[in-house]
Amino acid sequence: MAFLEIDGLRKRFGQVEILKGIDLDLEKGGFLVLVGPSGCGKSTLLNTIAGLETITAGEIRVDGRTINDLHPSKRDIAMVFQSYALYPNMTVAGNISFGMEMRGVPAAERQKAIDKVAKVLQIGHLLQRKPSQLSGGQRQRVAMGRALVRDPKLFLFDEPLSNLDAKLRVDMRIEIKRLHATTGTTIVYVTHDQIEAMTLATKIAVMRDGEVQQFGTPAEIYNNPSNLFVADFMGSPAMNLIPATIGAEGNALSVVLQREAREPISLPMANAPAGLSAFQGKPIIFGVRPEALTDPEGAERNASNIATADCHIEVVEPAGSDTFAVTNLGGKGVVARLRADANIQPGTNTPLAFNLTKAVFFDPATETRIR
Amino acid sequence: MSAVATSTRQAPGGMNVKLANRIVIYGLLALFAVFYLMPLFVMLVTSFKTMDEIQNGNMLALPRAPTFEPWLKAWGETCVGLTCAGIKGYFWNSIKMVVPAVLISTMLGALNGYVLTKWRFRGATLVFGLMLFACFIPFQSVLLPMATILGSLGRFGVTLQNTFGTSFGLGNPTVNLVFVHVVYGIGFTTLFFRNYYEAFPTELVKAAQVDGASFFQIFRRIMLPNSLPIIVVTVIYQFTNIWNDFLFASAYAGTGDAMPMTVALNNVVNTSTGVVEYNVNMAAAMIAALPTLLVYVLAGRYFVRGLMAGAVKG
Repeated sequence: MAFLEIDGLRKRFGQVEILKGIDLDLEKGGFLVLVGPSGCGKSTLLNTIAGLETITAGEIRVDGRTINDLHPSKRDIAMVFQSYALYPNMTVAGNISFGMEMRGVPAAERQKAIDKVAKVLQIGHLLQRKPSQLSGGQRQRVAMGRALVRDPKLFLFDEPLSNLDAKLRVDMRIEIKRLHATTGTTIVYVTHDQIEAMTLATKIAVMRDGEVQQFGTPAEIYNNPSNLFVADFMGSPAMNLIPATIGAEGNALSVVLQREAREPISLPMANAPAGLSAFQGKPIIFGVRPEALTDPEGAERNASNIATADCHIEVVEPAGSDTFAVTNLGGKGVVARLRADANIQPGTNTPLAFNLTKAVFFDPATETRIR
Repeated sequence: MSAVATSTRQAPGGMNVKLANRIVIYGLLALFAVFYLMPLFVMLVTSFKTMDEIQNGNMLALPRAPTFEPWLKAWGETCVGLTCAGIKGYFWNSIKMVVPAVLISTMLGALNGYVLTKWRFRGATLVFGLMLFACFIPFQSVLLPMATILGSLGRFGVTLQNTFGTSFGLGNPTVNLVFVHVVYGIGFTTLFFRNYYEAFPTELVKAAQVDGASFFQIFRRIMLPNSLPIIVVTVIYQFTNIWNDFLFASAYAGTGDAMPMTVALNNVVNTSTGVVEYNVNMAAAMIAALPTLLVYVLAGRYFVRGLMAGAVKG
């Protein structure tokens, strides 16, 4: 039995349904990231787990106990808010111990708990300061300290890094991951940043319009997106989603890509997914990640199905660690990721290797994956 | 002469025009300041003069031999109506009425603002809109209905007195005035606090809920300590209004022992026993004005901005 179970959760504000039947589960010690564009309901879902929003239907269980109707303080959860929500009138120590004070923990015990958390988060020297005297990163730590001190069954993070600058965000991300690894707590984490989702999660739920689009491990979500939305949302730079048609080459299927002012490219498929044969002669969406579209020398050696085609390079973007090249296929700009030292010039024709083992196909009408 | 003056004004152009503008602006400001300060000045100097000096001297002249006599007389001896024990009793009457009225109306306003923003219920906006109406009701229109209500409360007080031996303050004119001012003040205090709490980060309330704080614990530990600026504004506003109120005071406590300062001052000035003692009258008026001045001086310091810094974001 999973540690956190959410069954058929629905939330309605008046006539508007914000959450349309969410089913999720998370093992003990897991790290679940809810990711999606703004307005997809991910924060509302977190608030319902916290008990800050009531639910219209469904059930939430933590460790086998139904917590639907419990007051937030009775759910054995701790929450880190996007804005940190530190009490400005209290010192750092006061902020951390406020919850214990409310639960009537004796002063000596509170002090011990504060010291322990301060040591873990290295905020011992800040304990007597007010939140206004702290930097953004320090406030973030204090907010985590306030959650950590409760030693709860479940940690809830509501976009905790979105107010930090880029460098600090990376540092804190690593810190949260380390914290999770050392304390072994169970975490539900909301973000709109798919990199945070990929790096932190043991499980990701990609949400859109109050529905879970796909629920799985980061690798599953990244390599096997179940629909066009997930494929487009996860990954940076985003997956190339190219309008194409399915043709036949000998007795194998092939992907036919239109090119500007030249004859179309036809990529033979050695092991096409079974569902694809039904689409012969029909339009599909061909999805290939930038790293699966590269210069022939940089292509993965052991990939079983690589097709090479000559492409007209329009733009070259050297990014230091990689070089990105933009070509035009099927009427769309397509990004290829090449080695940093790849010898490539804009305006020339260069052969590019398509790693078709990693390619995915979608039905343009239903936006679902063709398997 | 005039030709020279105009030519110098025009020659360097911008510089002199600017200077002329400055002179006009500051001249006008000084004029207005004098206009507003003149009565206060006359009151102050007159209150330190002897009657001889007032009758024979210039109204604007400084006192030749300053004396505290009029102040002492106003405080302890002057006649209000038929009793001649000074205004000190009425001063305390006002304090006894103003302090509870300000505290209660401010607390209720804070509580209303807290509920209307952080514990929104169906129809909260409508309730707030109706409460706003209280700010637009003219004093005069509530005089008679309020008198009826106070009368009923008084009769109920008598019943309580007969049954339990105490009226719980019902029917007492001071309690009546406190009641009237609280009822009339709630509209304003609610408006102040609601608008302040509207911008108050709701995440703090949510965090406190997760921490296990109750409705009133959140109010007392989180909301109130972070409301100092608006508390100061409300207290100053309420104190000044209630202290200076004459209409309710004269209508519901216009005679007798509970008479507030404003009514007493009016009676001091209207009591004629031969010579009008301008110096005593002025001193009494100054004493009546002192508490509001004091509240401004003391509380004004706490008009601190940026109190919420550090609560949210970086």
